[in-house]
Amino acid sequence: MEIFIISLLNGLVYGMLLFMLASWLTLIFSMMGVLNFAHASIYMVGAYLAFTVSRFVGFFPALIVAPILCGLIGAAIEVWGLRRVHHNGHIAELLFTFGLVFIVQRLVQMTWGMLPMAYRVPPLLDFPLFNLYGANFPAYRGFMLLISAGMLFFTWLLLKKTRIGLIIQAALTHPAMVSALGHNVPMVFTTVFAGGCLLAGLAGVIGGNYQTTEPGMADAMGPIVFVVVVFGGLGSLAGCFIASIIMGMIQTFAVVIDYSVADLLRPLGLAISGDTLLTELLTVPVARIGALLPFAMMVLILLFRPRGLMGTRDT
Amino acid sequence: MTSTTRRLLAAACLSITAFCAQPAAAEDTIKIAYVDPFSGPFASGGDEFLKIFKVLFDRVNAKGGALGKKFELVPFDDKLQPAEALIALQNITDQNIPFIMQCTGSNVGAALIDGVSKHNARNPDNRVIYLNCGALATELTNEKCDFWQFRFAGSVEMRAATRIKSLPPEVKKVYLLNQDYLFGQSVQADTRKWLANLRPDIQIVGDELMPFGKVQDFSPYVNKIKESGAQSIITGNYNRDLNLLIKEAVNEGLNIRFDTYLAHLIGGPTAIGSAGENRLTSIYEYSSNVPVDLKVPEAEAFAIEWRKSHDTDFSTLNFMSMLDMVAAAINKAGSTDPLQVALALEDMHYKDFVGQENIMRKTDHQLLMPYYAGVFTKDVKYDSEHTGFGWKTIATASAADLSLPTTCKMKRPAT
Repeated sequence: MEIFIISLLNGLVYGMLLFMLASWLTLIFSMMGVLNFAHASIYMVGAYLAFTVSRFVGFFPALIVAPILCGLIGAAIEVWGLRRVHHNGHIAELLFTFGLVFIVQRLVQMTWGMLPMAYRVPPLLDFPLFNLYGANFPAYRGFMLLISAGMLFFTWLLLKKTRIGLIIQAALTHPAMVSALGHNVPMVFTTVFAGGCLLAGLAGVIGGNYQTTEPGMADAMGPIVFVVVVFGGLGSLAGCFIASIIMGMIQTFAVVIDYSVADLLRPLGLAISGDTLLTELLTVPVARIGALLPFAMMVLILLFRPRGLMGTRDT
Repeated sequence: MTSTTRRLLAAACLSITAFCAQPAAAEDTIKIAYVDPFSGPFASGGDEFLKIFKVLFDRVNAKGGALGKKFELVPFDDKLQPAEALIALQNITDQNIPFIMQCTGSNVGAALIDGVSKHNARNPDNRVIYLNCGALATELTNEKCDFWQFRFAGSVEMRAATRIKSLPPEVKKVYLLNQDYLFGQSVQADTRKWLANLRPDIQIVGDELMPFGKVQDFSPYVNKIKESGAQSIITGNYNRDLNLLIKEAVNEGLNIRFDTYLAHLIGGPTAIGSAGENRLTSIYEYSSNVPVDLKVPEAEAFAIEWRKSHDTDFSTLNFMSMLDMVAAAINKAGSTDPLQVALALEDMHYKDFVGQENIMRKTDHQLLMPYYAGVFTKDVKYDSEHTGFGWKTIATASAADLSLPTTCKMKRPAT
């Protein structure tokens, strides 16, 4: 029971971190038709910037400064990069962000080096928040939950209560119609792209010291964020939220399950043994392949429900 | 700013030397090709090794090189891909470079053993020696052993023997967690074997393989380990897979030992920091505190000098031994002919930088060398990567201790 509650909490924290990245990625994707491959790279840049800024002014100012810098980088990318390749079609934009991944990766390596940074949780938040059946729940994780919940509220407020939110929402479902109505669509695009980068940066600030800040962190985070976007359904924030939480939970709970397909078949009278082609596949415990399950689920959902969990358009 | 410029220059030089090295210029130097990842996710390792080799080449050249010639380092990027390494091998043999070093990845090492062996059989007038300085899977000097490979790094089994020998007697329950690929599986098998050999009193309460480099959140593993009641995690994990595991365990207040194989690798101490104090152990070739313990002022001076100009530690003493031994073998053979050098390397006895005996075993071409087990603590003369913590040696296994049986059946060329 205790392992269940702890796993539940940890899955929630990780799921919310995923949601911070995926929510705006899905917004950008559905508005601009661009799958921004560089989204996780901005997440990494956010972590590195936060590390550098926090060395001079401390962690909490960095929590504000680093995401704003990331937002500015995002705006620059949109205005001077994406907008220029836009008229060449979506493939050109896709390739542009794909190339950006390598450039950002190399720039980060040249600026900060290839080794992990000593970016640590601030001492103010470095204590156990509460103790659950002998396991500590770190205060920093509670702080992460707080930040990501605040972000969720902010996004909701923006989309539902402001004029730009109205336009964004309209652009989600009827992008052509919105531009036909004479809205300054490029301006909206820049705002959304910069906003997405700002929040990716924020996720980097709080994720960078929760995990490690190193050049491989974008590669590690990128694929799983795409899985969330596809699984949740294009343009659906609610779907994205559910998918994030599901992925968070899967990764946490799969590790706890020591059973394999062979164990499932045993009560049915089918014993798997010997050295056949399928033995390895059927006897591998779920725990060993836990990290691959999200990808398997993405394949399944693309096969049986290509528009994703709550999406309205086909991906 | 300056360090950025330096890195840019280094990257430029790297790409230029790879292209510009021409056989015509080879007359006055002895070239040694160096194949490792310099781009991609594993570039940090290759990049650091390259810096270390530059210092070590300067050192061996300052001592006179071999046959009055200086050694020249020629790097090639393999992106940690066996196929890329074989393309590099082709390039290297086209340039008549007689030596190829490779220090990262057992899968790449296995491909090179095979590639070099075939090349040498087909081109007896243009042979090449593979100097393995870090492809660690035990089988590379057992089933897969080859006359043209010389391994200048302890196999997983040698490390496992040191690892288990250094466990304190009060440890009775251990949890094995390893990466699900060639190296991790090799660590898992050899750890089990040596636990059974040396410490039958220890109970293995968990034995698990995890996806290599894919796990984002280690809290479920930590909870499982806590449930199992283990006193120690024995793991071959490194880089991210190790750093995140230890961070997570400390966050959740899990009071346990981390008996690792590779926590001392470059970047590890920085990422782990105080989380590992007095409970993180590792198995290493060398640390800055080894010459302090063994009272070798010359080696200690080298460590001090190193620390002035580097943020990282010098821990790969085997690289230095390798260059010294190759230089000695060339001098003994009187030429750089790979066959003569290979024969000169066999059974070579060598006293390393801190005076320890190293032997290149003839039967499997595995260097028998000492290994040290150390704990991560403040109680050291020299800290690691300026973290305030360093490696204090708690157990030593000599070359003789690590002279383990081999199953190698080597095919020798006609001489």
